[in-house]
Amino acid sequence: MATSISRRGRRAGHSRLPYLLVLPAILLLLLFVVAPGGYALFLSFQQRKVGGGLLGSGSRTVFAGLDNYSTVIHDTELWHSLLRMLLVGAITVPATVLLALLFALLLDTARARLTRFARLAIFLPYAVPGVIATLLWGFLYLPATSPIGGQHLDYFGSSMVYVSVANIAVWGAVGFNMVVMYTSLRALPPEIYEAARIDGASELQIALRVKVALIRPAIAMCTLFTVLAALQLFNEPNTLQPLSNAISLTWVPLMKIYTDAFVDSDIHLAAATSVVFAAGILAVSVVVGRLAQTWWGAAGAAGKEGR
Amino acid sequence: MTIDTPARPIASPVTVARTGRPRRSRTALLPTAVLLLGAVYCLVPTLWILIASTKSRSELFSTATYLPSFGSGLVDNIADLSSYDSGVFWHWMLNSFLYAGVGGFVATAVSAATGYAIAKYRFRGRSLLFNTILAGVLLPQVVLAVPQYLLLARVGSTDSYAAVILPQLFNPYGIYLCRIYAAASVPDSLLDAGRMDGASEWRMFSAIGLRLMAPGLITVFLLQFIVIWNNFLLPFVMVTSDDKFPLTVGLYSLLRHGANQASLYSLVITGTLLSVIPVIALFLSLQRYWRIDLVTGGLK
Repeated sequence: MATSISRRGRRAGHSRLPYLLVLPAILLLLLFVVAPGGYALFLSFQQRKVGGGLLGSGSRTVFAGLDNYSTVIHDTELWHSLLRMLLVGAITVPATVLLALLFALLLDTARARLTRFARLAIFLPYAVPGVIATLLWGFLYLPATSPIGGQHLDYFGSSMVYVSVANIAVWGAVGFNMVVMYTSLRALPPEIYEAARIDGASELQIALRVKVALIRPAIAMCTLFTVLAALQLFNEPNTLQPLSNAISLTWVPLMKIYTDAFVDSDIHLAAATSVVFAAGILAVSVVVGRLAQTWWGAAGAAGKEGR
Repeated sequence: MTIDTPARPIASPVTVARTGRPRRSRTALLPTAVLLLGAVYCLVPTLWILIASTKSRSELFSTATYLPSFGSGLVDNIADLSSYDSGVFWHWMLNSFLYAGVGGFVATAVSAATGYAIAKYRFRGRSLLFNTILAGVLLPQVVLAVPQYLLLARVGSTDSYAAVILPQLFNPYGIYLCRIYAAASVPDSLLDAGRMDGASEWRMFSAIGLRLMAPGLITVFLLQFIVIWNNFLLPFVMVTSDDKFPLTVGLYSLLRHGANQASLYSLVITGTLLSVIPVIALFLSLQRYWRIDLVTGGLK
């Protein structure tokens, strides 16, 4: 893949510096990505057996083969948690990308006013951590304190809760994506709209037919990042959990892994679930990255090699 | 471009002449209204928390929600929060700055060195390394949090500042961006000229490379600062003693203790407000240096 290096780039042997420069990153990669991954894989093939044996009680760790993986595959609660995550994602991904695109196009409208204020206000939630955002919204949802009708509308109802969780994620993500798309729009030379204007296209037609087509790489990139964020859903439901009965301790896969590891203290099962979940996420994000690249010519992380 | 995008060059006057009517005369009402609606949506939770934090415990549940209280509510709430568990809240605030500041700075240095090396040198294993990093971009760090905990628990180094900072120093997306910045902003001719003059490779990296990459590096730093500041799961699993909590974990634990005790709600609300203020201030003060167009790796 990496072929675009300058012809004048130094070849190995000229200097030891490139190796020294990449050394910290390689060490960190080995220590905090490869080693934990390998250790989780190792743990996932083991099991803790309680009691039994001639040596009396106590527990010991034994090789378990694929037992944990079999448990993971047959764990209906895990599949349900996956389904809930996908349901929330089915709201957050389109809502975030479309709202961000809408606001970016509106900001780029010639006669819109107060754009500076709106841009800043919509961007600010990006600086608010997911947990804090959930606390903010949690009090807005909570019947006892709700200023938005929580007394009449049950924001934690069994189906409403998906919207409530998704809303928090959208609130935090729209602004950043909006600014990425808006920056893309500003980078387009204004002359390219002239031909469309001369042909009598309205501002709306220009926005939908010309602008959207031209910033497709930015839209693809935002979609990829929003999908990745949706797969990692944890902070919002985990923080709402103490406030709401509709959210179980295993509501999404990451909460399930956390519960396995720290509530049920089954690190072997948690390790196996982590391995399966990480592999699944990697597969999904590679596919989405590829799709974004081929369909929309994304300049995103998965696609473009740089310059 | 900053969040404060400079004005686009105004369309040539010829256009206006040709279509016969000036286009900037009226305010576009609908777009402005929709944008304001978006702004309100984004500001309401923060405004509500601002109002709620001015209320005393009894007022919180009894008074009109959108009317602030002008009593001593806010001062009392901050005093209560500061004395809660002998001032542990301010510890959390400092910890958050420590984790995000140190982590963001070192992660940026590591990313800059790696990105520069990949962009400017040809060495063994270069493509393998870069492809691994691209794969790393697609594997969210959050799914590694529990495995990282299990490994660090094995060697007995959880519940320390290092356990929160070290796993967040490897930032594949930052390396990817730095590689693009180095390729685009550090001309080979300049490095060749430096070599002719006998400058060492290290000096060219530190004196020329880093300086030319600086605008991109500030963006990488801010991105990683926010990632660490916002991170919850990693410190949540790694840290058990509450004086090492960052704000996110601290306020969460406060909520957990207080979920059945309405009296703690005011503390959580006030803490939430105080935790939002510094990052917003940081962002507003740094927005001039913060270039979103670099986020997509695009450079003109």
